[in-house]
Amino acid sequence: MYDGGKIIFGLIIFIALVTLPFTLSIGKEYIKANPKIDTPEIMKLPEAERKCVESKDFMRKEHMKMLIEWRDAVVRDGKTLYVNSQGKTFNMSLQNTCMQCHSNKSKFCDECHNYVKVKPYCWDCHIEPKENIKKEAAL
Amino acid sequence: MLELALKGSPRYWGWLFFLAILIGAGVITYLYQFQIGLGITGMSRDVSWGLYIGQFTFLVGVAASAVTIVLPYYLHNYKKYGRIAIIGEFLAIPAILMCMLFIFVDLGQPMRVLNVLLHPTPNSVMFYDMIVLSGYLILNILCGWVILMSEKKGAPPPRWIKPFLYIAICWAPSIHIVTAFLYQGLPGRDYWMTAIMAAKFLSSAFASGPSLLVILCMLIRKFTNFDPGKEAIQTLAKTAAYFLLVTIAFYLFEVFTAFYSGITSHQYSIIYLFKGLEGYSKLVPVMSICVLLAAIGVLILVTPPLRKWEVTLAIGAASTFLCMWLEKGITLVVGGFIPNAFDRVFEYWPTLPETIITIGVWSFGFFVLTILYKIASSVKEKAIFDKYGEKQIKA
Amino acid sequence: MSNINRREFLKILGIGTFMGLGGWSMFEVVGKGEIEAFAEKYKKVPEALQAKRWAMVIDLKKLDQKIIHDCTEVCHRIHNVPKILNPKEEIKWIWEEKFKNAFPEMKDDYMSPEIKNMPVLVLCNHCENPPCVRVCPTKATFKRKDGIVMMDMHRCIGCRFCMAGCPYGARSFNWKDPRQYIKNENPEFPFRMRGVVEKCTFCYERIDRGLPPACVEASNGAIMYGDITDPNSEIRKILSSNFAIRRKAKLGTKPSVYYLL
Repeated sequence: MYDGGKIIFGLIIFIALVTLPFTLSIGKEYIKANPKIDTPEIMKLPEAERKCVESKDFMRKEHMKMLIEWRDAVVRDGKTLYVNSQGKTFNMSLQNTCMQCHSNKSKFCDECHNYVKVKPYCWDCHIEPKENIKKEAAL
Repeated sequence: MLELALKGSPRYWGWLFFLAILIGAGVITYLYQFQIGLGITGMSRDVSWGLYIGQFTFLVGVAASAVTIVLPYYLHNYKKYGRIAIIGEFLAIPAILMCMLFIFVDLGQPMRVLNVLLHPTPNSVMFYDMIVLSGYLILNILCGWVILMSEKKGAPPPRWIKPFLYIAICWAPSIHIVTAFLYQGLPGRDYWMTAIMAAKFLSSAFASGPSLLVILCMLIRKFTNFDPGKEAIQTLAKTAAYFLLVTIAFYLFEVFTAFYSGITSHQYSIIYLFKGLEGYSKLVPVMSICVLLAAIGVLILVTPPLRKWEVTLAIGAASTFLCMWLEKGITLVVGGFIPNAFDRVFEYWPTLPETIITIGVWSFGFFVLTILYKIASSVKEKAIFDKYGEKQIKA
Repeated sequence: MSNINRREFLKILGIGTFMGLGGWSMFEVVGKGEIEAFAEKYKKVPEALQAKRWAMVIDLKKLDQKIIHDCTEVCHRIHNVPKILNPKEEIKWIWEEKFKNAFPEMKDDYMSPEIKNMPVLVLCNHCENPPCVRVCPTKATFKRKDGIVMMDMHRCIGCRFCMAGCPYGARSFNWKDPRQYIKNENPEFPFRMRGVVEKCTFCYERIDRGLPPACVEASNGAIMYGDITDPNSEIRKILSSNFAIRRKAKLGTKPSVYYLL
């Protein structure tokens, strides 16, 4: 093999780079994402009404697509109402609908987003709810 | 063929290293701009485009000017250009890359640049600019590379490349016409909204491009064993001379229209650039230098003895190139924004970070250019021509 | 994207693939299942205001410093418009200009200083033929069916072509992160991020909820609005019995903001 040493050296560097995400997390504590939906706004609703605009399963999988569709419907088509699969209508607004119930952005949004290391740019413009910092500190 | 770029003199490597440092400085400054926003530039609410878009506009012209070599050679079989066709094609490649980079660094939200493809908008001239620029880049890489490759092998170029050469020739003016349409189709910007803009863009491109090529050919001859040929350089200088005169004439047509018609809104930008408006005159020195350089360029390039003597020719070509750069790269863009929609003057001057980023992009262009020219000259050095320097007889 | 139909979707996909970039990811973004169910899922609020083309009439005789202050204040407050003092980086949706600046082509040596310096409220003209929409390479700025020239801040790439295209200086660019310049935020409306262009949106968020534009409400009758295509609308009646001017009408942009002298 011509230049065998060089090739093997290059391969080693390549493998080291590719496996960096794994090697870097060796010895680091594994923290599982643990999103919370127990905000005061949700808790004060009667048990039967504690429902999001769609099922929990759907929201978990599709919320990002849904938010993009909501955004385009409101901004581009002037349609502000969402009719869910049960026929109930909601005002489509991240700030004024979603976050009214989910007033705990750090525990609801960030928990999973940090875990999977995605950084949606929602909060570059949209105003996050003022979380009760005192309560957080006391816990 | 790329391996040819890896063997070079210490001077070659030193030059690349020097450019790499400038590129690095540009990248670091760009990261700073990325963090803070375009507020670190001298641009404002009223002069919302500046040095970046100016450079983009100018460099589209440089890229298009490859046609001044390619057309006489491939369409009119002008043999003197046989050896330097590749020099023109390889100049277009870094020029287009720089254009793209200048657009990119000018964006407020660069991460969203692919929105242009995701939401294609055929009513926007920018859409066509994207198409013609990427098309021209591909055409030049293809034609330049294939022809040089066959030259290296000592064989005639494959026949299938011919249609691409002809397409590239037609394509070249289109990139600059579309770029002019970015400007001349805007209502309310009187300095730009003139049908002569596209024509002036082409003529100034065909003045600045060949004058740059004259200098580049001289440098290649000095630093490599490849000689582009005295006659080829002279023809390039003549091309630059004619188009410099045409460009000046076009500018004067514009001045005539604005002042003889008496329409004041057409006069403001011109007055601002040459005399200053309401006491604001930051660009008057730039425009004065531009006029001076144009005069030197005309004097040298039009006077046969001065054009033939290569020392003065170098000065004349450099003057022409710099003149066009000041006109198109700075004053054209900024002048169009002054006065603003409310008849007020807000001036523009690039900031230091903006200048460093600009130098960084230019350095990147010269980096690519150096590598491409290194490859081309290494191939050409080995080629042996007949006694007239026209036909290659041996690889 | 909700009014996308299959043909348009295929068109976009085709062009995307042709460009060799993001063909597949676009498929993911535009979505497969969603396309069928779009129409019923999203609705307008029944009380949303409807028009074929919204327009505004500003009565310059009625403008005084208080009204000007109230209109600009309320607009900039409810829309979280930052207050940046440096005129180069200023962001403005509606603001005061002098008559001679708002209407530079009417400048006249013998015009009285009172008229020359008469205050004028200027804002986006929501042109019928808007150059900004024509030049935008991503449809980030577009004209709604009711004539409002809208900004989609999510899509804007910050190329500022629209600013060069607008002959009215109605557009502002976020040269820096605007958040630090906003004191009393309106929690119901978003901010903008650095690197996007913004402007007056004719209070689309209020129109879509059945409310008039905020400046109209705050103007004490100096600003009127309505559907200009409706011959019985208030503004049509005003325009038929008064002399009204528009800014730079000769440019063919057909502004929807009229001024009464």
